Amino acid sequence: METAITIVETPPALSPWRLFWHRLRRRKIALTGGVTLIFLYAVAIFAGFIAPYRYDQISDNAFFHPPVWPGLQGFRLVVPRSEQMPGDFVYRQVSNDTRPLHFFVRGGKYKLLGFIPCSIHLFGTDDDNYPVYLFGADQFGRDIFSRLLYGSQVSLSIGVVGILLSFSLGMIVGGIAGYFAGAADTVIMRFCELIMSIPALYLIISLRNVFPPGMSSSQVYAMIIVILSFIGWASMARVIRGMALSLREQPFILAARSLGQSHLKIIYRHILPNTFSYVIVAATLSVPYYILGEVVLSFLGVGIQEPQASWGLMLNAAQNTEYMQRFPWLLAPGAAIFITVLAFNFLGDGLRDAADAKSL
Amino acid sequence: MWSYILKRLLHMIPLLLGVSLLTFLLMALSPGNYFTALLQNPQISPDTVARLKAQFHLDRPWYVQYVFWIKNVLSGNFGYSMAYKISATSLIMARLWNTFLLSFTALIIAWGIAIPLGVWAAVRKDSWVDHACSLFAFVGLSVPDVLLSLLALWFAAATGWFPVGGSESPLNDFLSPAQQFWDHVHHLVLPAIVLAASDLAGIMRRMRSCLLDTLRAEYVTAARARGLGEGWVIYKHALRNAINPLLTIFGYSLASLLSGAFIVENIMAWPGLGRLTVEAFFAKDSYLVVDSVVMATALLVAGNFVADLLLAWSDPRIRLK
Repeated sequence: METAITIVETPPALSPWRLFWHRLRRRKIALTGGVTLIFLYAVAIFAGFIAPYRYDQISDNAFFHPPVWPGLQGFRLVVPRSEQMPGDFVYRQVSNDTRPLHFFVRGGKYKLLGFIPCSIHLFGTDDDNYPVYLFGADQFGRDIFSRLLYGSQVSLSIGVVGILLSFSLGMIVGGIAGYFAGAADTVIMRFCELIMSIPALYLIISLRNVFPPGMSSSQVYAMIIVILSFIGWASMARVIRGMALSLREQPFILAARSLGQSHLKIIYRHILPNTFSYVIVAATLSVPYYILGEVVLSFLGVGIQEPQASWGLMLNAAQNTEYMQRFPWLLAPGAAIFITVLAFNFLGDGLRDAADAKSL
Repeated sequence: MWSYILKRLLHMIPLLLGVSLLTFLLMALSPGNYFTALLQNPQISPDTVARLKAQFHLDRPWYVQYVFWIKNVLSGNFGYSMAYKISATSLIMARLWNTFLLSFTALIIAWGIAIPLGVWAAVRKDSWVDHACSLFAFVGLSVPDVLLSLLALWFAAATGWFPVGGSESPLNDFLSPAQQFWDHVHHLVLPAIVLAASDLAGIMRRMRSCLLDTLRAEYVTAARARGLGEGWVIYKHALRNAINPLLTIFGYSLASLLSGAFIVENIMAWPGLGRLTVEAFFAKDSYLVVDSVVMATALLVAGNFVADLLLAWSDPRIRLK
């Protein structure tokens, strides 16, 4: 008589990150958001290559030029020509007058990835009389599609850089406040409350007042990040402080302390890593606020300055109701903002559900 | 309850002092002031500018200015607007009232629509209503206020149903009181709807999830087991408890409402505090900027105070703390 011994093989335990990924993968909406964002950021990185024109390339005879889309002629993509009619910015397409659309054409110079000098563009026509304005042209005859891409470099990167700065500050300060508690905690938290009790945009304008007008474009960029981060770190610090307060009572912190680890190392190695899943979700959901902060500043004319491109600055041109009615393509940056914010919300919502270990 | 109210009121004083000190410091740090521009005007002699400066104590260090300012504010005097050439008190009060009116109307609209919609979505969970509401919420959360205000302006201009910006028509002064009132309402509707739309989505989602959580509670099952009607269970038992957590987000929603109002005011030319702040900022009228930032903060703090009172009133556990 033989006894069959069956050994039940248990699958190897998955790491928390693998579990997280498994849960995230099942949320199609979150993945859609993530893929959209990867696409948008990739486009922003290669903006110079994809954009047919430079952001400041002005065309005197194309003010408020309507969008031009390449059409099919036989097996070739061709670009029609429009001529300006008498009157205020009225254009008419000229029939049977086209130029083929070429790919990888030579055009204006730009720096690929910011340092490689290059003049090859993804698409375009060789002839300046046959412009390809996918989203039309603005009040200075500049291609809105190209400006949208260059503007995305500013608008999209400000969100990420701002979050990195303000969240690292918020985590460190919040960790210190929660871990040491007592007087340090009281002082820091009162200051956070102070910042959070001022409505954000009012505080932004007051902070903007500290900086002089007429700064260079990179200074303005840095200024916007500093302003937005100054406001953003407070709420992060408050939440991290709450988590640190409860974590410091946990046995593993006590163990670390009895082993003689320094305070800073305990905060850095044991407290902050336990807040990471919250931080990542909160960061994803907060990026839109930074993007919108830049949009509002530039829209009001105190952020990014002409001829630089940013989504808020471009929307400023649409503020004129007459322009908006006659040239609705001026609202294209608004659509870009909407898609970006929606994608971040989709992804952040999915991340939040996936980070919740109780959800399946 | 009274000691709780008193404690909260006392807590507001250092907060407002801190906010005014912070904004004052930021103004003092800013390069140039209203007089920098005046000095470049050849028609105004440097002596006049110096005299004006002395009159407004602007030749003293910023902390002395602050003491003067706080002394005036405590006696109800917000100083003098150099750009508008009128007393800042009347200016600030008129703008404060406008911002309050806009935000309050938007608040009523947002909560009035969001609560029933959230309840509806929760009761019909996973039905098309629920899905439509959650799609609407995602879109609503993601449309930037800037874009929505621009679209509203475009809508007003294209249809002619609403005035394009402003808070009253140019002929307002010649109208009868009843017509004046309707004129104001007509101007208020569109900005208030835009402002409400940005807040609505978040409240609705929160209402839905709160009610769903409550419906899972055991006392709801018990009520159902006793044979109570579904309507009675939901509206009499579950909803009352589900509303409580919503009152806590009432305070948060005020903050976003005021920031939203800032954008709506500036784009739709609604003469509120946000617009005043930007105008004063461009005119380098620093006292006015400080005044309006402090007043906006006071509005927010007062709103939070009301929210806390509501919460304490509905949840006796909080009062005891």
